[in-house]
Amino acid sequence: MSAQFESVGRRIPRIESREKVEGRSQYIADLYRPGMLHGAILQSPFAHARIRGYNLAEAIAMPGVRAIVTGEDFAEPNRMGAFIKDEHALAKGKVRYVGEPVAAVAADTEEIARAAVQAIRVEFEELPALLTPEEALASGVHIHEGVEGYFKVLDAGSRGNLCSRTEFAEGDVHRGFGESDRVFEHHFETQAQAHVAIEPCGALAELDPQGRLTIWSANQSVFRVQACVAEALGLPMTRIRCLTPRIGGAFGNKMEPHVQPIVAALALKAGRAVKLVLTREEDFEMVRARHPFKIRVKTGVKRDGTFVAREVEVLLDCGAFADDSPGVLGYSLLCARGPYRFPHVRCHGRLVYTNKLRFGAFRGFGNPQVSFAGESQIDDIAEALGVDPIELRLKNILRGDDRALGGQILSSNGLRECVERARDASGWDQWCKGGAPSPSAPGKKRALGFALCGHISGLLASGAIVRMLEDGTVVLNVGANDIGQGSDTVLSQICAEALKIPLENVAFVSPDTDGSPFNWGTTASRVTFMTGRAVVGAAAEVEKQLKRQASEMLECAVEDLELVAGGAVAVKGVPEKKIGFFEIAKRSHWFAGGPIIGSHTWVYDQPTVDPKRAAALGLPFPRIGAYSFSAAVVDVEVDEVTGAAQVKRVWSACDVGRAINPLLVEGQIEGGIAQGIGFALVEEMVWDGARLANPTLMDYKIPTTCEVPYEVHSIIVESHDADGPFGAKGVGEICLVPVPAAIGNAVKHAAGVRLFKLPLTGERILRGTLGKT
Amino acid sequence: MNDTLEVRITVNDSPIVLEVPLTETLLTSLRDRLQLTGAKRGCNQGVCGACTVMVDGMAVRACLSLTANCEGQSVLTIEGAGADPAIAALQDAFIEAAALQCGFCTPGQLIAARALLAQNSRPSIEDVQQGMSGNLCRCTGYNRIIDAVRKAAQRLHP
Repeated sequence: MSAQFESVGRRIPRIESREKVEGRSQYIADLYRPGMLHGAILQSPFAHARIRGYNLAEAIAMPGVRAIVTGEDFAEPNRMGAFIKDEHALAKGKVRYVGEPVAAVAADTEEIARAAVQAIRVEFEELPALLTPEEALASGVHIHEGVEGYFKVLDAGSRGNLCSRTEFAEGDVHRGFGESDRVFEHHFETQAQAHVAIEPCGALAELDPQGRLTIWSANQSVFRVQACVAEALGLPMTRIRCLTPRIGGAFGNKMEPHVQPIVAALALKAGRAVKLVLTREEDFEMVRARHPFKIRVKTGVKRDGTFVAREVEVLLDCGAFADDSPGVLGYSLLCARGPYRFPHVRCHGRLVYTNKLRFGAFRGFGNPQVSFAGESQIDDIAEALGVDPIELRLKNILRGDDRALGGQILSSNGLRECVERARDASGWDQWCKGGAPSPSAPGKKRALGFALCGHISGLLASGAIVRMLEDGTVVLNVGANDIGQGSDTVLSQICAEALKIPLENVAFVSPDTDGSPFNWGTTASRVTFMTGRAVVGAAAEVEKQLKRQASEMLECAVEDLELVAGGAVAVKGVPEKKIGFFEIAKRSHWFAGGPIIGSHTWVYDQPTVDPKRAAALGLPFPRIGAYSFSAAVVDVEVDEVTGAAQVKRVWSACDVGRAINPLLVEGQIEGGIAQGIGFALVEEMVWDGARLANPTLMDYKIPTTCEVPYEVHSIIVESHDADGPFGAKGVGEICLVPVPAAIGNAVKHAAGVRLFKLPLTGERILRGTLGKT
Repeated sequence: MNDTLEVRITVNDSPIVLEVPLTETLLTSLRDRLQLTGAKRGCNQGVCGACTVMVDGMAVRACLSLTANCEGQSVLTIEGAGADPAIAALQDAFIEAAALQCGFCTPGQLIAARALLAQNSRPSIEDVQQGMSGNLCRCTGYNRIIDAVRKAAQRLHP
């Protein structure tokens, strides 16, 4: 923390804490509107079938039923999709996975609505279900007929069941492998993980007196909701206003639409407000999940450990709709090299439609999967070469003018500090010399594991408006949803710092598509970095207007003025000659100049690919973002009898540029570690044929207080990114990314077995130790 | 299904009479009839703990409790819990320790912690881990919740 800052760097509890501990926060399920109806959804019983017709007579006749919508209510061109427009709000013509929404009812009560959907008769003609990418690639049956003709925002190479393909290449991998002394090649697999925000998805829509739709929903971006509902219903965006209640966690599953277009259609048809909140089972079955990956990694090294060439090939299960998947494919490949110097790289992969729930954005966006593979292999290379795995990484990490894969310049690089601080804090070197991390209990083996990763914060557009009120306090309006991570607090701190005013003099506006500046979303670890910089820009505009006013009031040149702490403009070097924001605000509102409003917007503008360095095919993100870094050491204990692994301690060093609020940064790191532990050890969505077998919290376990170690050491590394607000970068995802790989490496050291498939269950570890993989 | 029962209960110190279907859960009565939305529906299956409320001093899952079974009982929800010194201490400690992020599980965590402290006034880390293992949180990683519960315990019993 730097002494010159008043707000930035302070450990401030989130500004809405009191409201949350008193149970006064309103989430989507807590909202009610006059005359509100309740919605329910009919889900598909088939994985793949044509819809031959509907019989709604019995459902319509039920007392209390006010509206029914089916796929026929959505016109053919009105398809949604962040990358490929392939999805109607309700199944139209065909169903493509078990659980897909087929029809929806609005009724006086939820019970009536649920009974009515069961009274809807749909005639299906079953088609062959394609449940794996391999099966789908080999089949002549197409999940989307005519995918080639869908509107796409990228060159996706879509054909048949191939949804998209992406490739990055630098140097010449064939030559690189030829020049290598040792070449290692392994195949890895990762599982589907459910987001399990404790708040299930839901939405409430009503028509205002002008006939415009107002939509509240559990979401990560009011602007994405507005755009997707407009697409799905074929309405101009001016007809739709989106607002947000408090959000009960998201992690990616509330970024793209879930039930909002369905609820909007019901409200339009019923002419009344309609609320629909998914049950936990429905939330599991019809929203989205983390992609299962199959990954082949081939790495060539010199005898001295110098990295020469790496090839990574991935195969992603897309599920039935593209959603964010082309982005996940492309982004995972961008991260698959790792934060290392490799003269020769080729990362390529395919994304394949299957008859399963769509997979989409989930904290880490494909990076935890490829990092599990790449970082596992680097440990095995270190063992084969007889060198310390951390030393091997330090020998090869990006430094100086080294670039990200594709050629993007690194605007800051705290990699070495992350590695060294995690290593030193964890006592890695002593452990390597034979000291146990901590005495193992009888029948247990304990060891450390390490992993290192990079991840971006950035992407697309953000804006901010700072408006001074008549009394000299300000209103900050950014349109960015706080989904629990604390951005309302962090952005308010940035605003207070930029204007040198107390935090309590900043009011934070809840996002509203009618009044807030555009913000793409709370995703891609981007809000602190992207929106924070917009806030700095808007505050600078306010500062300019304040100084113009003050120069007239103090009769001096603008250049001679500066902001001073506490909300005043003073003559430089003469702090007693000052004028407060209160006086300036009064003058601007009532006498001269006009009320003070500052605004700033920007789009992330550094190219991902430098064509002189790299070739790219099917690039989903031409301008990706600033890179953050993280090194993790985990202390894992393996039970020799059951094989079960338990994480006992974690050290996580994250390069966040600058911590605007270290308390909240630590909260992100700790939460990311817990989710990473879940992915590594506990969580797996399992399909029984085409049907999700564990869509309940009874059967799908997430870590509890008993699975997450109490001892977690968050180490904040500050590399001061020149592009970030006060030097800040994102932390939301990077904290999770290395954790599964570090756990896998610790299991290897403890139990002597390398597992190539997640999750690392006790059974798999035990089978591995018994030589039965 | 349509049989209803008149139930006399006390909610947050106010005696009330409810006419409810026999199958209605306490969570539905609180949220939909009484507009007490502090208890959350996370799974409706008794696993996540977001709906935890106190019934006659015991922490219960409101989604698994039938209102019809609560005749004569006293229900405390987060909305009425502020007057309880232990809840107040927990609320302050949760804020200071940053033991909440999205806040959705927080009312349930606070009530569960209150019940734990009633049983064990100075819980160890392991005691809190065991005692609160039925309240899921997807944001925090739990360690700050453990710190907050122990900090509140320390303040209540210095």
